[in-house]
Amino acid sequence: MAGLTGRMSTVVKAKVSKLLDRAEDPAETLDYSYQKQVEQLQNVKKGIADVVTAKKRLQLQETTLQQQVVKLDTQARQAVSAGKEDLARTALERKNIAQTELQGLDTQVSELESQQEKLTDSEQKLRAKIESFRTKKEVIKAQYSAAEAQVKISEAATGVGEQMADVGLAMQRAVDKTENMKARADAVQELEAAGTFDDVTALGPGEDDIDRQLKSLSSKSAVDDDLEKMKAEIGAPAGGGAQLGSGSPGEGDAAGGQSA
Amino acid sequence: MIVRISGEDQFRLADDLHDQLDRLAGAAHTALDAHDEAAFTRALAELLDFVRANGTRVGDEEIETSDVILPPGDTTLAEAAEEFTGEGLIPD
Repeated sequence: MAGLTGRMSTVVKAKVSKLLDRAEDPAETLDYSYQKQVEQLQNVKKGIADVVTAKKRLQLQETTLQQQVVKLDTQARQAVSAGKEDLARTALERKNIAQTELQGLDTQVSELESQQEKLTDSEQKLRAKIESFRTKKEVIKAQYSAAEAQVKISEAATGVGEQMADVGLAMQRAVDKTENMKARADAVQELEAAGTFDDVTALGPGEDDIDRQLKSLSSKSAVDDDLEKMKAEIGAPAGGGAQLGSGSPGEGDAAGGQSA
Repeated sequence: MIVRISGEDQFRLADDLHDQLDRLAGAAHTALDAHDEAAFTRALAELLDFVRANGTRVGDEEIETSDVILPPGDTTLAEAAEEFTGEGLIPD
């Protein structure tokens, strides 16, 4: 069969025979194949455990980010109540970024979830085949001459080998996806380390680099909308922006070398 | 014949469905050559649906070697393309 199917079949079959070659030891094929299969099954289990670990890590980050979102929202409200518009804006900008990251993590967690399900399913299938191979092997050994048994068991081993190669493929794809997600998780961690989601009350006047990056990162209009909504809800003092105690850390005033 | 959908299951299909299977696979291949992601995804789905609809699932305890192995349903165009040129989907 030509084309896609042929190519895919050829690639898988080549991998299967490679897998079997490694196990090929004429004197011991009968039991060795089975041993090898059991070993591979252990690897599959380990692979699934890795996916679960990656998922847990992302879920942990999600929880942290959710807490930050709540905290920053509360702080923004407090700042609006106190008429500290700049502080409220910073808090909302941070909340905005945290929410964006949260959405990204959410997608990845569900992606990993489905990978995990698929792998678990594959593992069960492989386990059933290996069990079946074990039974079959004993029957063949009892019924056939050594030479015939060798051939029959090789055939069966090829069948199990194909299943194994297929699980290997699923595993590799899951690992690749997990790698991509690690990059995302690391990015979130970097943002955290840089204090992107930190407590805004810890902010001094005329803030630093992080602040400026935040301003360019977050969607200004979304923050403005949030701020207006909050002001309307809370009924902030008019003439907004009662000062934070220092000069004018106004829009785009990046020079702010303010020192108290 | 035995057809495996990678990452899914093996199916037992009547031998006379071979031509139809080949035609559907050909469509996926054409889309791949044209780098048409949407068409490729559609053609692959059609191919796999055909196998699921016309085949009987091989039991987990049965040990069969496949005559045809098809890529998983969520194969991207990039993955499929790599399969044709590079190391491919399946690690050594």
